[in-house]
Amino acid sequence: MDLRFTPEEIAFRDEVRAFLKQSLPEPLRRKMVEGLHPSKDDLVGWQRILNAKGWAVPHWPVEWGGTGWSPVQQYIFQDELQQAPAPPPLPFGVSMVGPVIIAFGSEAQKRRFLPRIANLDDWWCQGFSEPGSGSDLASLKTAAKREGEHYVVNGQKIWTTLAQHADWIFCLVRTDGQVKKQEGITFLLIDMKTPGITVRPIVTIDGGAEVNEVFFDDVKVPVENRVGAENKGWDYAKFLLGNERTGIARVGLSKERIRRIKQLAAVEQANGRPILEDERFREKLAALEVELKALEMTQLRVVAAERSRDRNKPDPYSSILKIKGAEIQQATTELMLEIVGPYAMPFRAEDEIEGANEPPVGPDWAATVAPTYFNWRKISIYGGSNEIQRNIIAKAILGL
Amino acid sequence: MDFDLSEEQALLKQSVDRLVADHYGFERRKSYAASPEGWSREMWRRYAELGLLGLPFAERDGGFGGGPVETMIVMEAMGRALALEPYLASVVLAGGVLRLAGSDAQRSAIVPPLVAGETILAFAHAERQARYDLADVATRARRDGTDFVLEGEKSLVLHGDSADRLVVSARLAGERRDPAGIALFLVDAKAKGVSRRPYPTQDGLRAAEISLASVAVGADSMLGEPGAALPLIERVVDEAIAALAAEAVGAMTALTDMTVEYLKTRRQFGVAIGSFQALQHRAADMLIALEQARSMTLFATMMATEPDAAERRRAISAAKVQLGRSARFVAQQATQLHGGIGMTMEYQAGHYMKRLTMIDLTFGDADHHLRTLARAGGLFA
Repeated sequence: MDLRFTPEEIAFRDEVRAFLKQSLPEPLRRKMVEGLHPSKDDLVGWQRILNAKGWAVPHWPVEWGGTGWSPVQQYIFQDELQQAPAPPPLPFGVSMVGPVIIAFGSEAQKRRFLPRIANLDDWWCQGFSEPGSGSDLASLKTAAKREGEHYVVNGQKIWTTLAQHADWIFCLVRTDGQVKKQEGITFLLIDMKTPGITVRPIVTIDGGAEVNEVFFDDVKVPVENRVGAENKGWDYAKFLLGNERTGIARVGLSKERIRRIKQLAAVEQANGRPILEDERFREKLAALEVELKALEMTQLRVVAAERSRDRNKPDPYSSILKIKGAEIQQATTELMLEIVGPYAMPFRAEDEIEGANEPPVGPDWAATVAPTYFNWRKISIYGGSNEIQRNIIAKAILGL
Repeated sequence: MDFDLSEEQALLKQSVDRLVADHYGFERRKSYAASPEGWSREMWRRYAELGLLGLPFAERDGGFGGGPVETMIVMEAMGRALALEPYLASVVLAGGVLRLAGSDAQRSAIVPPLVAGETILAFAHAERQARYDLADVATRARRDGTDFVLEGEKSLVLHGDSADRLVVSARLAGERRDPAGIALFLVDAKAKGVSRRPYPTQDGLRAAEISLASVAVGADSMLGEPGAALPLIERVVDEAIAALAAEAVGAMTALTDMTVEYLKTRRQFGVAIGSFQALQHRAADMLIALEQARSMTLFATMMATEPDAAERRRAISAAKVQLGRSARFVAQQATQLHGGIGMTMEYQAGHYMKRLTMIDLTFGDADHHLRTLARAGGLFA
């Protein structure tokens, strides 16, 4: 047992750092630090920089553009990306549908979709949740009826992140209503330009335009766009959600947030001295750092166990990462709120912040603090709520 | 980065786990606890036979050259068993001082009988006024020619009642809380002027209050450099905290397993109570607290021998914060989930709670270490 990084791992980390320092566009990095949302062009541009370097999809098999890195190297790469901070790779392609296509898709699907995912030529979104199917995802009702060489899809998806930019959507649809709910679901890849698809934005409490409703009205999907077998979609969805949870701890991002908190709390004053000198504040922050260090070690243990585990099955321990990761990320937003204090109040829409003519009210970093706090409440809700994760732990680990 | 045990370590784990599984059932523990010394000489002999008592000492001193990982393996097993023997006091604490600061002569005199299980040591450092401040030493060491005379009161000396020899801290110079001026001495527990008041602790272990009334010790009994003992004490206490963390993880693991088993077997309203989601979520939260503690125990184990003292103390404090909080949480949930039976002396769960609670209060509770860590600027710079 040696829990330190090896000299090779440290050299790798330095290589990643050097690359990020050189290649991450500074305006984009500033946006991330400030808590602003990167634009579609920002994200596509950054993904193509990564792809040119050969680092767009490091966790994929080498034949499809993966790097062949060890699990620890994968972790270091993610950690450095998040600490830079670089925008997180859009997960819907590289972390969600990509691995599903690799594991369960046809050769034709792999050749057609995977290179375009790596280069973000196709922007993917996720069609899982429905108005009546949130935590009980398997109860979904969007129906796909087979007609010759097509499925005809009717129904509605909701909370579809960044669907307004999407070229494709991967969907869970019901193909059999007569069997146990998990056994009648199929995984379809649907071109967003197909007639009958309507995208309607949902404005979130922070004023953000992240999520949408997607309506399907007699949408014809070629059978060749089905992944794997009909009625086996639930297995693929579980595989996908398990992958989602390991990335969800976002330890590097919380490290970056904690450094940001220390930087701002050293400048902002309360009662005539920097907030960082307030013992109560420092202890609260230190307690969060302890939680984060513990999470990092837990994440590394899960990463180390990957070597000896069937990678096609999700590790139920990743539910711990999801729960703690969400709690810690949310706690960073509360500390930011505490630092900014009353200057959280003035509201400015994001386009006003970026192209502002007038000086801000209060500190120039204040405008995104409250919206981020509001927005990040989503973290304990999406990807299987923290309560669903506790159900998974109770069932899959504790055997209750 | 490698989380796997080496072949030797895996073998050690296997044999220690088997030893406590075979000889440390809860009923046995009760009989050990009821004996006059409050622990088992028989078990101590078995530890010696297995080489556990010599684990951290160098091979040239008669030990086995193990490090913090080996200590972690042993302490985790002892935590599961709620072992009562003076392993922490004798091998980790007083033995740690001897290992790090003992002269060749001191080591060759003490380590072999310690390894053989014939000599028990205890670490007589804490004092009534000191609380968790390791520099707070009022006991005085007065020079008398080349010799020393010790004068003072030592408190909460773990297994001080059974010890043959004591490692005693005393002040050669400076004021009560000065970092400089402290020295360590090896003192025969039966020396003239040493008096001991033994008592049981809440968790069924033993301790003693020790008075030193003009205790004469030779110059050759001093361990390490005169007046410069504080960094050594801090180092040994940090290693002991890592060891305690492993013990707590062992105890929390056993307690969580026991609680989950209870949820599966206890029936109310016609079903196993583990089918109720309110209880499932408490159990899931116990597991999370346990795994976070296990992670920080690994971190503490890795950092226990870190040469940069400031870095090491930050890491150890962080681990103790996590351990204290997890231990409190796991013990309380386990008691709640057991209901009435968890409240009884005859059932093991409550004994885990008692040990876990005392571990939090040993060498600084979670709040103490949180303050220390916060003042040192936290973990992520």
